[in-house]
Amino acid sequence: MNIIVCLKQVPGTTKVSIDPQTNTLVRQGIKNIVNPFDTYALEEGVRIKEKHGGKVTAISMGPPQAEEMLREAISTGADEAILLSDRSFAGADTLATSYTLARAINKIKEDNLVICGRQTIDGDTGQVGPELAEMLGIPFIAYVSRIEEINNGRIRVQRLVEDGHEIIESTLPAVITVVKEINTPRLPSLRGMSKAKSAVITTWTAQEIGADKEMVGLSGSATRVIKIFFPQRVRHGEMLQGSPESQAASLIDKLRQAKLI
Amino acid sequence: MEYLLSEQQKTIQGLARRIAEERILPVRAELDEKEEFPWAIMKDLAESDLFRVFLPEAYEGLGGGCLDLCLVVEEISRVCSAVAISYAATALGSFALLEYGTEEQKRKYLPDIAAGKKLAAFALTEPTAGSDAGAIKTTAKKVDGGYVLNGTKQFITNGGEAELYTLIILTDPSRGARGASAVLVEKGTPGFLFGKKEKKMGIRASATRELVFQNCLIPEQNLIGREGMGFLMAMKVFDRSRPGIAAQAVGLAQGALDTAVDYARQRIQFGHPIIALPVIQDKLADMAIQVEAARALTYAVARTIDSGAKNFTAESSMSKVFASDTAMKVTTEAVQVMGGAGYMRDYPIEKMMRDAKITQIYEGTNEVLRGTIAAELRKRKTKRE
Ligand SMILES: Cc1cc2nc3c(=O)[nH]c(=O)nc-3n(C[C@H](O)[C@H](O)[C@H](O)COP(=O)(O)OP(=O)(O)OC[C@H]3O[C@@H](n4cnc5c(N)ncnc54)[C@H](O)[C@@H]3O)c2cc1C
Repeated sequence: MNIIVCLKQVPGTTKVSIDPQTNTLVRQGIKNIVNPFDTYALEEGVRIKEKHGGKVTAISMGPPQAEEMLREAISTGADEAILLSDRSFAGADTLATSYTLARAINKIKEDNLVICGRQTIDGDTGQVGPELAEMLGIPFIAYVSRIEEINNGRIRVQRLVEDGHEIIESTLPAVITVVKEINTPRLPSLRGMSKAKSAVITTWTAQEIGADKEMVGLSGSATRVIKIFFPQRVRHGEMLQGSPESQAASLIDKLRQAKLI
Repeated sequence: MEYLLSEQQKTIQGLARRIAEERILPVRAELDEKEEFPWAIMKDLAESDLFRVFLPEAYEGLGGGCLDLCLVVEEISRVCSAVAISYAATALGSFALLEYGTEEQKRKYLPDIAAGKKLAAFALTEPTAGSDAGAIKTTAKKVDGGYVLNGTKQFITNGGEAELYTLIILTDPSRGARGASAVLVEKGTPGFLFGKKEKKMGIRASATRELVFQNCLIPEQNLIGREGMGFLMAMKVFDRSRPGIAAQAVGLAQGALDTAVDYARQRIQFGHPIIALPVIQDKLADMAIQVEAARALTYAVARTIDSGAKNFTAESSMSKVFASDTAMKVTTEAVQVMGGAGYMRDYPIEKMMRDAKITQIYEGTNEVLRGTIAAELRKRKTKRE
């Protein structure tokens, strides 16, 4: 069983500010972490490997600093890691990202199962998983909460839907995205960390994955971020006057008017 | 403070801290309340290779020593010292084997300890033999192919949870302490039963049980070292393990200090945070001085042991006495700094104060150890004369 897990490095906080000039997130001074949803994907990949044998390859498109995250992936059970890094990848939307990932996965060839987190905590689109499956031309299952069985080139999973669970079976290879209910990711191990320290992280450029320059990064992106902003929050406070009894009475009136009670 | 830890030691410390904060902190109050053995956390520690740090590479360990062990214990204890002792007792339970066991015995047991698949325990204390450990009564009668054990051990940490027990028992009751030996007993051996689980003041998530032996037959190969050496081995084992208790105490004290400082910064009385009050500042400063001094002594002793020193009975006792007295003082003061809130179970500090008390009692009470230190002082003086 060869498993590919896609990981993304994201800002380690939700308290990022937005640069009003460029409309982009201010990333300076913010520690990057692995996208929390991806840690469940990695853990599930490692568990499948432990059960069925094979190999887990962690893959990420990102700047050179993302190598650090890939090392952490090795310390928590990935066997190999590949970083897709090229100046031309910068500014990618989900379309360009999944194109790039798909090129790399095509190059690895021997994949049986590709696992992604359900979404990232920075972009929040949840689109890369399904787009990736589409580009690879293989089946896709979203929101997997349990892997029931992997057998004879088929996978059966339970997936979370709005009003319950669905059991879905698919042929392999396939792409799945997982939800956090699926497992509790392990912490790094000391042996894993020492392996990670000396591990060679393969870096592939656009050329090495045979990517069309027009399809990656900003030029390959179908969408443009025009503006990022915090919604204006306008709060109207009102101080009630009078005796405690009359304040309570007028509070009740106001709550009734607002249909809150 | 710069303690010149190696890269590996810093990694170990960082990982232990991460487990403490991510996995132990959210459940510590519940574990304490329910007096529940922290199995899930033991599994985390095992998966992270933290049971490997104090064992040699030949037995699947990472080749670290006393200081590596102390770093893990301290970090865990900073958050929950009941979890810390459940971990440390496994080290205690494997020291005799490590030090005096045969190659065959070590190969049989240590890799599973290193992997955290099995916890260990060390059993010396009996109902009639606490500080006076030489007064033990549990016997091991030599029979064809092994020993038959009879007797009761009391207050044994990890009792019932551990798979492997190192016991100090009498192979020759007529010779008293000189007739004591060390043996290994596996959980599940017929005739090896568990008595009551103690209800404790502190470290409540740790398991403390009675071990009962009723005509329990163990194979001859389970003898560690030679017959008659048991008491001496026990003393040597404690010399090696006491810095671990010191580290438990340092972690506790640090955790209490951190909690008290946080509280003093945000608690407003008379219009100001109480940390602005000179009395509170005095208390916090004294606490910080003592914690750092205890840590420095503990690390220095651990390094002395790791350097291959032969006799460190006095030093090891000093670290345990000083750090445990510090933990008791600092946790008590931390409760005081927090006033009524400190007394409430909603805050972690009353637990820390309850947990601190045991560090002055086990692995030699501080009274007994002060006697030991004084005896060493005399011995060293006479040697020089
Ligand atoms: C939670 C817990 C866990 C434990 N875990 C283990 C374990 O894993 N394995 C194990 O073998 N034991 C364990 N013990 C036992 C522990 O080591 C003993 O409780 C300790 O050695 C003290 O013995 P005692 O309780 O019988 O007290 P006693 O010896 O009865 O002491 C009572 C008091 O008399 C003082 N005293 C006694 N003799 C002297 C002396 N000669 N000089 C000065 N003062 C003296 C003591 O300091 C103490 O203040 C544990 C105990 C507890 C409470």
